[in-house]
Amino acid sequence: MKIFDTRIEFFGFIAAACVLLLVLPSMNAFFPEGSALHVSSFQISLWGKYVTYAVLAMSLNALWGYTGLLCLCQSLFFALGAYAFGMYLVLHIGVDEVYNTPLPVFMDFQGYTELPWYWAPFEWGPFAVLAAVAIPGLVAFAFGALVFRSRIKGVYFSIITQALTYALMLLFFKNNLELFGQSYILFGGNNGLNDFKEIFGADVNSAATQRWLFVASVVLMLLVYLLIAWVLKTKFGKVQQAIRDSENRIRFSGYSTTAYKLLIFTVCAMIAGAAGALYVPQVGGINANEMTPAKSLDVVVWVAFGGRGTKFGPILGAVVVSMLKSYFLRAAPDSWLIILGAIFIFTVLFMPNGLVGLPKQLKPLWKRIRNSSAPGGESPATSGS
Amino acid sequence: MARIPAEKHTPLVLSVEGVDKSFDGFKAIDDLNFYLSDGELRTVIGPNGAGKSTFMDLVTARTKPDNGKILFHRDDGEDIDLTRVREHHVSQLGIGRKFQNPTVYKSHTVYDNLKLSLSGKRGLLHALFYRESPSDRDKIFSVMETIRLAKHADVIAGALSHGQKQWLEIGMLLAQDPKIMLVDEPAAGMSDEETERTGELLLSLEGKHSLIVIEHDMEFVRQIARRVTVLHQGHVLKEGSFDFVKSDPRVIEVYLGRQARKH
Repeated sequence: MKIFDTRIEFFGFIAAACVLLLVLPSMNAFFPEGSALHVSSFQISLWGKYVTYAVLAMSLNALWGYTGLLCLCQSLFFALGAYAFGMYLVLHIGVDEVYNTPLPVFMDFQGYTELPWYWAPFEWGPFAVLAAVAIPGLVAFAFGALVFRSRIKGVYFSIITQALTYALMLLFFKNNLELFGQSYILFGGNNGLNDFKEIFGADVNSAATQRWLFVASVVLMLLVYLLIAWVLKTKFGKVQQAIRDSENRIRFSGYSTTAYKLLIFTVCAMIAGAAGALYVPQVGGINANEMTPAKSLDVVVWVAFGGRGTKFGPILGAVVVSMLKSYFLRAAPDSWLIILGAIFIFTVLFMPNGLVGLPKQLKPLWKRIRNSSAPGGESPATSGS
Repeated sequence: MARIPAEKHTPLVLSVEGVDKSFDGFKAIDDLNFYLSDGELRTVIGPNGAGKSTFMDLVTARTKPDNGKILFHRDDGEDIDLTRVREHHVSQLGIGRKFQNPTVYKSHTVYDNLKLSLSGKRGLLHALFYRESPSDRDKIFSVMETIRLAKHADVIAGALSHGQKQWLEIGMLLAQDPKIMLVDEPAAGMSDEETERTGELLLSLEGKHSLIVIEHDMEFVRQIARRVTVLHQGHVLKEGSFDFVKSDPRVIEVYLGRQARKH
């Protein structure tokens, strides 16, 4: 079965895969610093971060663009994945030189001398990787089952997902959780998890590791792209869009929209979690700021700006807005939020189909300009003859 | 498994007995009794607020009655209590509903709209690995012939005219091969010519399916009417041929009279 819509899309996909998987990493690895063809390690991990953002945006687009579920907890799932893998990383820092403790320092501060039982499995890498995908999935499944079974829809769905984000953010900002007279240490409170040293035995900050992390992020992005492209071609994808367009009708045609939405919601949470797990070693830390409701709204802006309900739009939106953010945070740090708001308002008012839809949107305008100039150019000639 | 009688014991396909339904103290349906024969085309009329839409919601398990029985008599003789069925299972049983406003999947083509409605499995895995079979294709094309949209197979449903959307939705019901079709105001907002064609379409389905048509437009009711049920305040006021109910003084009082005065 064909997965791609057009030949252009197919060749674009191949070209993107070649550039991102082969050209950029080898330009980083094989050309010496100072050479015109060298790509710095800083650039590689910066783009690795953008790629994980793009995956996050794709997961929201699958929910919002194709299923009509405006989910405001996508960054939460991203952060949960990041925390799960961050726990692995923080447990492999080794003995702290200043405080002389094998435990993460925030545990030492709280007087812990050994690892709590619920932290212990995260020492093992494969478990942490699995948990980074499974924990967001389980949270989404449990929460989604309650929400979708109660037929919470539309703006109420958005509000309740935002409430979930806020609740868990408050929890993650705490150092300890008091439950039934027991105290449980959480995940580093305000500071979160950072200062990583080692990933699967390698130095996490070395150029080679960062390069592999970049490659892994790109592979994830390409796989998610293929998954979405494939699903859209199946009957499942058509049901998904039918839920967006007319949920009552499709339910009455005998499809359990609850089951469909639950599966989509869970899978999208798992994708976001995987992106988060790749994000954390490339950025070097995770804290509860990544869980604030505003972070999830950022993702909405990326998707809307790039083009909701298109396959490429979310990737473009995530990268372009993140680049703008990097630029403006240096050039005009105080005005970034105003600019972001302006981008969103402009998109909503004038670009309903986002950047990706822009050529199509401007085509009539371009035709009108050409047509109005063409007769103007010809008329003197006709009157002259 | 429960016992399955081999033969059908009744000529009926649907029986509604002694059904009540209130919303916040307002009695939308009041001791309603309604019987539909196999293959019958029944028209239901009544003023606004007579309980027509609630009646449809009850038959399609969208709302549950406070009292009473709603039974669907299957061909194999089994009686299914529709008050205990989940909403998305109703269509699998063979009851299809056309909503009042045309609701089609507006970003899908006419063809895909019908494909999603074909009777068959509805599960998640099935939907992921479904492959179109030649018989599915034939079925879709034959439905498109019936609803006169064969030339529009690849048109996006959102771009169809209002009348065509209504037909498409009727086609989506047909694709499910329903025993009972509930059709809510099929002629609303249609031109005269479209209305007449819709009438012909519904008449052509009589016998193959059992139909309940809710309608306001009396001209249209006259065209399609076989047996007419008049609802009033959630209760059956009168039942019979079009001319019989039309000449009943109480029907004139509550419905036709009001409409006559309005014009």
